[in-house]
Amino acid sequence: MLIFLQQLINGLTTGTLFALIAIGYTMVYGIIELINFAHGDLFMLGAFLALTIVSALGLEHMGPAGATGGIVLTFVLCMAFCALLNFLQDRIIYRPIRNAPKLTPLVSAIGVSFVFMGIGQIWKGVADINFPDVIPNKNLLGTDSLRFTAKDLLVILVTTPLMAGLTVFVRFTKLGKAMRATAQNPTAARLMGIDVDRVIGWTFAIGGLLAGAASVIYGLTINTVSFQMGYQNGLYAFTAAVLGGIGNLPGAMLGGIVIGLVRSLGSQYVGEQWTSALVFAILILLLVFRPSGLLGTRTREKV
Amino acid sequence: MSRKTERWLALGTLLALVLFGLVASPRMGGQVKDILVFCILALGLNVVVGYAGLLQLGIAAFFGIGAYITGILTVTQFPFQWNFWPAMIAATIGSGVAGVLLAGPTLRLRGDYLAIVTLGFGEVIKFAIKNLENITNGSRALNPIPAPDSLLDWNGNFRWYYYLALGVLVLVVLLLRTLEDSRIGRAWFAIREDELAASCMGLNAAQVKLTAFALGAALAGLAGSIYAASLNQTGGPDSYTFNRSITVLCFLIIGGMGNIRGAIAGTFVLMGYDNILTPALDNWIQESGVSWRFSTFKLVVFGLALILMMRFRPEGIFPSRRAEQEAD
Repeated sequence: MLIFLQQLINGLTTGTLFALIAIGYTMVYGIIELINFAHGDLFMLGAFLALTIVSALGLEHMGPAGATGGIVLTFVLCMAFCALLNFLQDRIIYRPIRNAPKLTPLVSAIGVSFVFMGIGQIWKGVADINFPDVIPNKNLLGTDSLRFTAKDLLVILVTTPLMAGLTVFVRFTKLGKAMRATAQNPTAARLMGIDVDRVIGWTFAIGGLLAGAASVIYGLTINTVSFQMGYQNGLYAFTAAVLGGIGNLPGAMLGGIVIGLVRSLGSQYVGEQWTSALVFAILILLLVFRPSGLLGTRTREKV
Repeated sequence: MSRKTERWLALGTLLALVLFGLVASPRMGGQVKDILVFCILALGLNVVVGYAGLLQLGIAAFFGIGAYITGILTVTQFPFQWNFWPAMIAATIGSGVAGVLLAGPTLRLRGDYLAIVTLGFGEVIKFAIKNLENITNGSRALNPIPAPDSLLDWNGNFRWYYYLALGVLVLVVLLLRTLEDSRIGRAWFAIREDELAASCMGLNAAQVKLTAFALGAALAGLAGSIYAASLNQTGGPDSYTFNRSITVLCFLIIGGMGNIRGAIAGTFVLMGYDNILTPALDNWIQESGVSWRFSTFKLVVFGLALILMMRFRPEGIFPSRRAEQEAD
C-alpha cells in the first residue's frame, strides 16, 4: 500500500510536468492544427538556459534566501526566453506558410526541431550534464516509509497556479475568448474582427512560457540535462496531449497526469524497461476505441 | 519533363550506378549500397505518404520488423536456420502482414491521429526489440546472419550486396511504375486528392488505404531484410527509432513527394550529405589545420535547409507531375 502511495506521488509530480509541456502542443494544435515537433526541443533549450543561469549565479552555494531569489529569477528569465523564442518561431517560420498544405508547416516544425537540437549540441555538447542540486532532497513527511520531498513540493507549487491561471485566462479574458473563437473557426473569427495572426502569436508565446517553466522544474528536480531530453520528454508530452484529446486544455492536463501515473506505476508493477512501450500501447488502444481522446469531443471531418 | 527524357534519365542513372559499382572503393561502394537500400525504404514510405496521402511516422518499425524476421529465420541461435532468400521473402510478407494488422483497426482515424498511431507503434516496436532479449538479443542484435550462398564471396567483396540492393531497387521501381498507372494506383491518387469524392465514385476507401499501407510496410520490410543481411547482423534497437522514420520522411519531402524520381533523389541528396559529404568536409577542414568540425553544425544546417525548402520550394527537387501542374 505504501509503495502504491509512493508511486502515486511520483506519478503525479512527473505527470504535472508532462502536462505543462503538453499544453504547449495542444494549444498550438487546437488553433492551427500543427503538430509542433519543435516544442520538446524548445523545452530543452530552456533547461540549458536555466543551467547557464544557475551555474553563473552559483545558486548551490547560497543560503536559502539567496537561492530562492535566484530560482525565481531563473524561472522569470527562462519563461520569458521560451515564450519569446516560440513567438518568433511562429512569426518567422510558420506565418509565411499559413495557407500551405498541412504537411508543409509540419516539415518546417521538424526542421526547427533539428535546428534547436543542433544549437543545444553546439551550446553544451552531446554528453549528459549535471544540473546543480539547489533544492534539498529533504523529506517533508514525518515517516521514513513515504517520501514527499521539497522537490515534489516545488513541482506542485509552480505547476498548479500556472495551470489554474491559464484556465482562468482562456475562459475569462478577451484574448482567451479570441483564442477559443479562432480554434473553433479561424475564418469566422477573422470575419468577427479578431486579429487571428496576433491570437496565434499569443498562443505560441503562452505555450513557450509554460515550456520554460517546465524546463526549470525539470532541471531543478531531475538534475540531469542533455540535448536529447527534448525529444524524449516531448514525445511523452505530445502523447499526453493526444491522450487527453488534442486541442483540449483540461485534456492535456489529465493526459499528462495519466502518463505520469502509467510510468510510475508501470515501473513498479510491470518493469522499468517496459514503461515507455506501455505508454504508447495504451495510446494506440485508446485511439482505436476512443479516437478523440479522453476528453475530446468528436469532430467531423471538414469537407 | 517529358516521359521520354524521364526514361533516358532513369536509364542513365542506372548505367552510372552499375559502372560505379565496378570502380568504387569498398568504403565508398558500401556507403552507396546503404543509400540504395534506403531508396527502397523511401519508396515504401512514398506509397503510403506520397501516393495515398496517409501520414505515416513509424516506417522504421517495419524496416526493423523486416530486419528481425530475417535475423530470426537465419541465425544459428534459432532452430529455423533458413537460407537468406526465402527469409527475405518471409520478411517482406511478414512486414506487410504487420502493416495490415496495425492499419486494419486504425485506418478509420482522421489524418493526424493515424500519424500518431504509427508513431506510437514505432516506439512500441523499438522497445520490444530492446527488451525481448531472449528473442532479439536486445542491443547486442542478432548475428551473424549468414551469406545468401557460398557461390559468391558475399562478405569479402562489397559488390555483391551492392548489386543485390541495386537489382531489388530496379525491380521495385518497375513494380511501382506499373502500379502507378494501374487501377489501384489511380485509386490511391483519388483517395489522396479527395477521399469523400473518391468514395462517392464507388471506391472502397478503407480497402484502398489498406493496400497502400500494406505495400509500404512490405517494401520497408524488404529493405530491412537486405539492410540486415548486408550488415551481417540486425543492427540493434537504435537503428529503428522515430528519428529514422522522420529522416526517411525528409528524404521524400526534399526529393519531391509522390514520385519515384523524387524519393530516390531525396535519399541520395540527404544520405550523401550525412554519410559522405560531412565526413569529407571534416577531413578537409582538419587537414587545413583548423580545430573546427563541420559535423557539429550538421544538424543546424539540415534543419535550416528543411525550413527554407518548405518556404521557397515545398514541392521538392523533383515535383510530381501533379504538383507541377498545380504550381503552374
